[in-house]
Amino acid sequence: MTTSLDFVNPRVRAIRVSEQTLLESLKPFKGVIDVSSGDPHRTGMKPISFVRQVLAVCLYPHLLQDNPFPPDVKLRAQRLLQICEGGSLGSYTASSGLHHVRQTIADFITKRDAGISANPKNVFISSGAQRALMVVVKLLSGGEGLTKTGILAPQPCPHTLPPLLDEAGVLAVPYRLMEDRGWALDLNQLRQALESYRGRCNPRAIYISNPGNPTGHVQDRKSIQEVVQLAAAEKLLLLVDEVYQDSVYGQNTEFLSYKRVLFEMGREFSETVELVSFHSLSCASVAECGLRAGYMEAVNMDPDVLKVFDTMLCTDISAPTTGQLALDLMLNPPEPGDPSYDTHAQELLLTRTVLTRNAERALEVLNDLPGFSCQPAMGGIYLYPRVQLPAEIREQAEMLGLEADVFYCQKLLEEEGLLLGKR
Amino acid sequence: MSVLQEISSNVKNMKQLEYSDLARRMTQIKEDLRQGVEKPFKEVIDVSWGDPHRGGMKPLTFVRQVLAACVYPQLMNDNKLPVDVRQRAQKLLDGCAGRSVGSYSATQGIPEIVQRVSEFISRRDGGVPSNPENIFLCCGSQWALSRILNVLVNAEAAFTTGVLAPAPCYRTTTLSIEGLGGVVIPYYLSEEQGWELQVEELQQALESAGGACNPIALYVINPGNPTGHVQSRKSMQEVIRFASEKRLFLLADEVYQGCIYGEKEFVSYKRVLAEMGPPLSDTVELASFHSASKGFMGECGLRGGYVELVNLDPAVKKYIYTLFTADSSAPLLGQIALDLMTNPPLPGDPSYFQFDQETQHIKSTVDKNVKKAFEVVNSLQGFSCPAVEGGAFAFPRIHLPAKAIQKAKEVGMQPDTFYCLKLLEEAGVLVSPGSDFGQKEGTFHFRFCILILHDVLEELLRRLTLFHTQFMKDFS
Repeated sequence: MTTSLDFVNPRVRAIRVSEQTLLESLKPFKGVIDVSSGDPHRTGMKPISFVRQVLAVCLYPHLLQDNPFPPDVKLRAQRLLQICEGGSLGSYTASSGLHHVRQTIADFITKRDAGISANPKNVFISSGAQRALMVVVKLLSGGEGLTKTGILAPQPCPHTLPPLLDEAGVLAVPYRLMEDRGWALDLNQLRQALESYRGRCNPRAIYISNPGNPTGHVQDRKSIQEVVQLAAAEKLLLLVDEVYQDSVYGQNTEFLSYKRVLFEMGREFSETVELVSFHSLSCASVAECGLRAGYMEAVNMDPDVLKVFDTMLCTDISAPTTGQLALDLMLNPPEPGDPSYDTHAQELLLTRTVLTRNAERALEVLNDLPGFSCQPAMGGIYLYPRVQLPAEIREQAEMLGLEADVFYCQKLLEEEGLLLGKR
Repeated sequence: MSVLQEISSNVKNMKQLEYSDLARRMTQIKEDLRQGVEKPFKEVIDVSWGDPHRGGMKPLTFVRQVLAACVYPQLMNDNKLPVDVRQRAQKLLDGCAGRSVGSYSATQGIPEIVQRVSEFISRRDGGVPSNPENIFLCCGSQWALSRILNVLVNAEAAFTTGVLAPAPCYRTTTLSIEGLGGVVIPYYLSEEQGWELQVEELQQALESAGGACNPIALYVINPGNPTGHVQSRKSMQEVIRFASEKRLFLLADEVYQGCIYGEKEFVSYKRVLAEMGPPLSDTVELASFHSASKGFMGECGLRGGYVELVNLDPAVKKYIYTLFTADSSAPLLGQIALDLMTNPPLPGDPSYFQFDQETQHIKSTVDKNVKKAFEVVNSLQGFSCPAVEGGAFAFPRIHLPAKAIQKAKEVGMQPDTFYCLKLLEEAGVLVSPGSDFGQKEGTFHFRFCILILHDVLEELLRRLTLFHTQFMKDFS
C-alpha cells in the first residue's frame, strides 16, 4: 500500500468520532426505535403534503395535466420550473443557489424579523447548513500553536460540531451552559472560556445553537444582547445555528433571531458586529433532512468575503436543486385563501401538537425515573436528560473501556431496542 | 475588524475563474433582454456547463416517474403509473427510514442501492468483483473527490502535498486541491495526438515539480473534460505502471463513461488494473468516481455520485468513513437516481419501450452534434478541433491574430477570455475560456457543451460562424 496510516492527513486522523456513530454501528435488529438523530421522518412523522406535491410535479411535470392536485400546487410548480435552467430540476444552479430562492429566503427573513430587511446577496444556499458552517469555519481557520484559530463552542453542543472543527483544524474553546437554569447561556462562563484560552489560541468566533441542540433552551432577548455585546467588545464573529427556530413551544417563549436583536440594539452594534446565521430543511416542521439543503445569511460582512463564500461553494458545484426548491416551499408556504392552506396549516399544527405533547410527557416520565433529571425544553426537537448512574454501572463501563453513559446507551439498545444519542 | 483581514491562506489560494466575469456579464445581458433592450440576438445560448437539461435535453420519463412516486407515494394509488415504476418506487421506499426520502440514510448510502451499484460495476467490468463496503454514495462525484483529497492532502506538512492533474483540466478539481492546501502539478496532454495522455509528460511533470512538493496522487479524467479524449487500454496500463512506480494514489474520474461516440470503447481503470494481474492489481490504490449527472440521465441537479475504493489500507478506509459520516448522508433523491442509472428498465419491462426510444433519441442527437460541430468548427479560419470521442464538450483551438492578442493585453484580459466576451456580447453565446483550464503557453481554446438539442447546436454554430468571420476581419 502506498497510503499507509502515516500518509493520512493528520487533520483527518484527529477528527473525533462521535460516540453516536459507534452506537449506530451496533444496531443489532430491525425493530429498533432510533431517536438518536434529528430525523423526524425516520420515526414516522409525515412529510408536509404541499412540499411533496409541488416537488412531485416539478420532478414529473406531466402531472400538471393529468392529476387532481390543488391549483396552487400546480401554479407553484410551474413557477419553480421556470426558474430552473432548461425548465428542469436536473440542471445545476449557480453555486450560491437559485436567485429566486435566495430572494424567497430574504423575504422570509425580513418578515420574520419585523421588517428588518435582508438582501439575497447575503444569502448562500448550500447542501445542508453544516456545509455552510464548514465554509465559514474554514475561512477562519489558520495559525498554529498560540495563533491557532479557536471558536467558542457550547458544552453540550450538537454532536456534529466537534468533528467539523477538527476537520477544519480549529480549536474548540468550550463554554459551559448552566444545567440548573434550563441550560441557559451564562456570560461569565463565556468570559472565563475566553480568558483561559486567550493565551493558548486565537479565539475568533462564538458558535451558538438557538434553540439549543441538544438542550432545548431558547434564549431571551437579554441573553442574546449579552452575547452580542461580548462579541462586539472582543471582536468575535457570531456563528448562530438557528435550525430549530420553527419549533418553539415553551410557555411564554418566543424565538428571536440574533439578527433582529442585533438590529434593535442601535447602530453601534448593528453596523459593526459580524454575524452568520444558519437554517435548513432539517428543521422540525418540514424535516426534509434527506433532501439536503440549507442556507446561511451573512450580516455586516465585507463584500470580498462574500465572493470567497461563493468560490468555496463552487467545489460542490451546487446544492441539490430539489432541496433548494423545498426551501422555497418551506419559507413561502400557502397563505390563507390558497386551496392548500387548510391542509398545510393542519399538518403544521399537528407537528407542533405532537412536539409539545411529547415534550411534556417525556419530561414527566423521565423525571419520575430514579436517577433521572431533565430540564424542560422550550424549543427544538430533543430532550437532554441527566442520569446518575450507580457505581456498579460505572465500574462495568470502565472495565470495557467505555464512558458510563455510552455503556448505558449500549445496554438500552441491546435490551430494549432503543437507540439514543450521546453527547 | 473584518474577517477578510485574516482569511485562511488555503482559501486565499482558490482563484476565481475568468468565467465568473463572463457569467456576470451574461446575467446583465439576460436582464437587458428581459427589459426589451435591442440586441443582435433574442436569447443567450449558454453552453458553458456540462448540463444536458440546461441545453434542452429532456429527462428520462421512467426516472422522473419513479422519483415522483418516491417523493409523493400517493401517486401510486391510481395505477396511472406503469407497474414497473410502482414496483421500483415501493422497493426503494422500503429501503428508506420511515419510508421517506426526507430521512437521512446510512453513511455509505441506502444499503440496497449500494449493493446494486456494486453489481452494476461488476457487470460493467466483465465480472471483476466489486464489494459494496468499498463504495460510498455522495452528494455528487466532486464532493466525493474532495473528501478523498482531504485524506491525502496534508496542509500542515513541511512539504506541500502535490497532486498531478492534466492540463487542460476541469477547474472544479484543481480548485478543490488548492482549497485543501495542496498544489496542482500539471501534466500536459498532447493536443496534436487528439489530447492523448503520454506517460513521458507524467514523468516530465514530476521532474518539473522537483523537490518543491510531495507528490502523492495522480488525477485522470476519462473520458476527458474538456478534451473529449477517450483513453486507450495501452495508455491506461502505462498510467497504472507509472502510478505504481512512483507510489501515487490514482484518482480516476469516470463520470463521462456513459458518453462515448465513434469507435472507441470505454474501459474502466478498475478493470484494466484487475486484468494486469498481481502484483499491480493488488497494490495500486485507486478511487474511481461516477455520477448520475451525465450520460443519458443528465440529472446534475440531483447530486447523485459515488466513489469506489480499490486496494486501500483498511485503517485508511476507516478515516474515509469518518469523513463521510461527518457529512450526514448523500441526498436520497440522488441515491435513487444512481439506482435508476445502474438498473434501467430491461427488455420486457413495461417502461422499456419508451425508455429505449428516449435514450436512442438522445444518442442520435449527440452523435449528430459531434459530427456537425467537428465539421463546422474545423471549416472556420483559424480553428482546429479534434473529433470528440467522448464526454460532454468540444474544446476547439483558436489561432488568434496578433492584433487580437494585443487588444486583449491592452484591456487586461486573457486573449481567449477576450474572444469569449466578444462572442457573448455580439452573438449571445456563452462558452468557457481555455485560460480557466490550463493550456500550453501561447495557445488559446474555449469549451462548449455538445449535450444539447440539435437545433440549439445549429444556431450556436451559425452565430459562431458569423461572429468569427467578422472577428477575423476586424483583427487581421
